[in-house]
Amino acid sequence: MQMFIWILLSFLVVCAISASLSKNLLNSILIFMSYSLIMSIIWILLESPDLAITEAAVGAGITTVLFLVTLKKIHAIMKEDEEEQKDE
Amino acid sequence: MSRKLTDEQYRKTKSWKFRQWLDGTKDPYLDAVEMKPQIAYQEDKKAKHLRSEEKREIVRRVYDIEHNAEMKIFRKIYRIFSVIFCIALVFMLLVAVSNLPPFGNADNPANNEVAARYIEQGLEETGAVNLVTGMILDYRAFDTLGESHVLFIATCTVLILLRTDRKESREYMEANDRTYEPKNDVILQTAARILVPPIMIFGVYVVLAGHLGPGGGFSGGAVIGAGLILYLNAFGFAKTERFFTVKTYKKMSFAALACYSLAKSYSFYTGANHIESVIPLGTPGAILSSGLILILNICVGVVVAGTMYTFYVMFRKGGY
Repeated sequence: MQMFIWILLSFLVVCAISASLSKNLLNSILIFMSYSLIMSIIWILLESPDLAITEAAVGAGITTVLFLVTLKKIHAIMKEDEEEQKDE
Repeated sequence: MSRKLTDEQYRKTKSWKFRQWLDGTKDPYLDAVEMKPQIAYQEDKKAKHLRSEEKREIVRRVYDIEHNAEMKIFRKIYRIFSVIFCIALVFMLLVAVSNLPPFGNADNPANNEVAARYIEQGLEETGAVNLVTGMILDYRAFDTLGESHVLFIATCTVLILLRTDRKESREYMEANDRTYEPKNDVILQTAARILVPPIMIFGVYVVLAGHLGPGGGFSGGAVIGAGLILYLNAFGFAKTERFFTVKTYKKMSFAALACYSLAKSYSFYTGANHIESVIPLGTPGAILSSGLILILNICVGVVVAGTMYTFYVMFRKGGY
């Protein structure tokens, strides 16, 4: 069990660093979402299921959706599609 | 019978004079005035080039690191100081963390008489099996009231910033935000048909069983909001607007916040002295127990679900 917690914590650090270093905004949002999921598992292991449910619903669910909608509004996701269309 | 007059013939008619007067080309006192449309000032290409060249030259000289001694020194000092600052900050934070009491130690300052009282008499005084809910909705209900008002204020701010009142622009935004996506996607709709009912039921369960097990108003409301967002994504605005518009949200959140404030105001007015509530606490573990906590959980859940859904709609469309 101790090993599992160490693996999760190292994943957490890796996610936190790569979310801030990622050049692609979409990737960075997805990494942030996985950070929230790992965090909710850690909350369960720390024996606070209340926080785990909230973290899973708000951190991994709604925050990600709002980020994605914002990216779409500022046309950050479309860029790749347009480049593909130009190549064709 | 009408025919086209030549220019010279037309100049002799009264309609020509009237037209001149109307256009302002013929003034009764000043006689004929020539009207010229104004041309925007256009900078000479050469002057423009020179001007931009001068600007570029200044920038080039300032950032010419090999010849600009000041810039050279500044850059070196800047780098050294940034490294020193980072190391000092990391060192300070590490020292602070290493001085924190160890996790789970019995002698920690957090283990004082307050926590002991919550654990020993929480079940007896609040009637909630879940001690966390008993704490946040009974002992510290004032904090939770402020929290739900913060959510309400956040929604008001989003409404002020993102709401578009004109119907055409709203329709344009709705049509525009899905140009690259298929509408009425079969995979999404099938998945939503299967997933939305369990999500909603789970959200309601988390809200209602907040005093019995893990959960509570905030998390359950967030789950319900996520289910609403999934439904909206799959089936479009036309279907959700049949049961959830901005009017519904206003009424719901007003009713929930007013209910919360009224239900808890007695303890605020008495200086948070815990007076016996009229509502019986019931047997711990039953769904209808723990006095006001169930009602307050429902209030918080309603506010949170509406807030999450409104955020999403405002981001997508700017009004509903």
